[in-house]
Amino acid sequence: MLKKRIIPCLDIKDGKVVKGIHFNGLKEVGDPVELARCYDDQGADEIVFLDITATYENRDTMYALVEEAAGSLSIPLAIGGGVRHLDDFRKVLLCGADKISINSAAIRDPELINQAAQEFGSQCVVVAIDAKKNLQTDRFEVYIKGGRENTGIDLVDWAKECQQRGAGEILLTSMDKDGTQSGYDIDMLQAVCAATHIPIIASGGCGSIEDIVDVFKKTDCDAALVASLFHYGVSTINEVKERLKENNIPVR
Amino acid sequence: MVIIIDYHVGNLKSVLNGCRRAGIKAQISSDKDTIRNAKALILPGVGTFKAAMEHLKETDLIDTIKECKEKGTPILGICLGMQILFEEGNEVSQTKGLGFLSGQVAPIQCTLKIPHMGWNELYFENEHPLLKYLSEKEDVYFVHSFQAYCPTEEVVAYARYKEAYIPAIVAKENVMGCQFHPEKSGETGKKILKAFKEMIAC
Repeated sequence: MLKKRIIPCLDIKDGKVVKGIHFNGLKEVGDPVELARCYDDQGADEIVFLDITATYENRDTMYALVEEAAGSLSIPLAIGGGVRHLDDFRKVLLCGADKISINSAAIRDPELINQAAQEFGSQCVVVAIDAKKNLQTDRFEVYIKGGRENTGIDLVDWAKECQQRGAGEILLTSMDKDGTQSGYDIDMLQAVCAATHIPIIASGGCGSIEDIVDVFKKTDCDAALVASLFHYGVSTINEVKERLKENNIPVR
Repeated sequence: MVIIIDYHVGNLKSVLNGCRRAGIKAQISSDKDTIRNAKALILPGVGTFKAAMEHLKETDLIDTIKECKEKGTPILGICLGMQILFEEGNEVSQTKGLGFLSGQVAPIQCTLKIPHMGWNELYFENEHPLLKYLSEKEDVYFVHSFQAYCPTEEVVAYARYKEAYIPAIVAKENVMGCQFHPEKSGETGKKILKAFKEMIAC
């Protein structure tokens, strides 16, 4: 049976993890490679590096980081942030990343999804979508530029289009839930799961182990993205997996 | 030296890193003489069957790989690199494979989500030295939409994806393949590569 995946996400700026880290046994706090290795040892199923570096010039720092992390991880590594063109895809993959997630770039140029899937295979193309409920229309709408710009595009329509263009996976973040630690956005996730046939990673709102149990019980999501819960040392990956097992949710 | 064949397809570095972690001395190359003299070959690959075979043709490596197979050099295909060891694939269009293993590569027939992506358990079909350090039901990392349809004699281990029976490790004489990524499968993957290292005494 296919296992549900637990994916720690590291926000990285200029080569350092930016979200506060309270983590035992780390030599250098804030070192993404060291942190990623800790998560690998603890049983993470995949790692995501999200590059939130503001300037394009600092991309070289990220490439070096990906190269170092890929060299020491024994699980898949996905990179998001700052990938705009096919050439960026190539560079990041050559550094040893396994998957690339694209967000605003896919909205601006949807053909990028097709091109990347044809050139490098769907398995490495993750489309990240940030969405928020429009309370007037009761629809979920897609936002870009880190949530600053509403595209007005319907979430479910866009998710279906991503799948049809060759995306291998969707990383779905609820902007209503992100940062609230009040649980994943079950309605939003279920709406996208029901309309698509590719793996969905749930993101935004995780504040406790129970939230992770909940998202797997109530939706068909394949993976849960987790940040602060692990970074702040509230729970370990092992504790999460034990609780999921108690609830008969298959984990590695 | 184990040679990871560079034919401009996919994630060579991951494979090289995985080999290093398992203590295998490996190097990436597309040089024919280097490939001929290799102690073993690893055929990586991600993308489509058709593109992989086209890239192999462009790099003019098919005859060299066939030569190595004939003289008994151990060959390990990974993911798409495993799939092209079979006779034929029908991804994008009908494409001839290397034909070292009997069978075809076609879409996974399953009502669950495709690609089959993530960690899934291995079940054993036939004994093989690659299984030396493994127990049944250990998890490995898969990511694929197509699978091999081949005689069970060639299947060393398989995975279940609802109704689908997915050959996960295949082997025939000196030719072996993993549908999953041992280089991305944590400790379990490392144990498989370690067994491979012992098989080839490298």
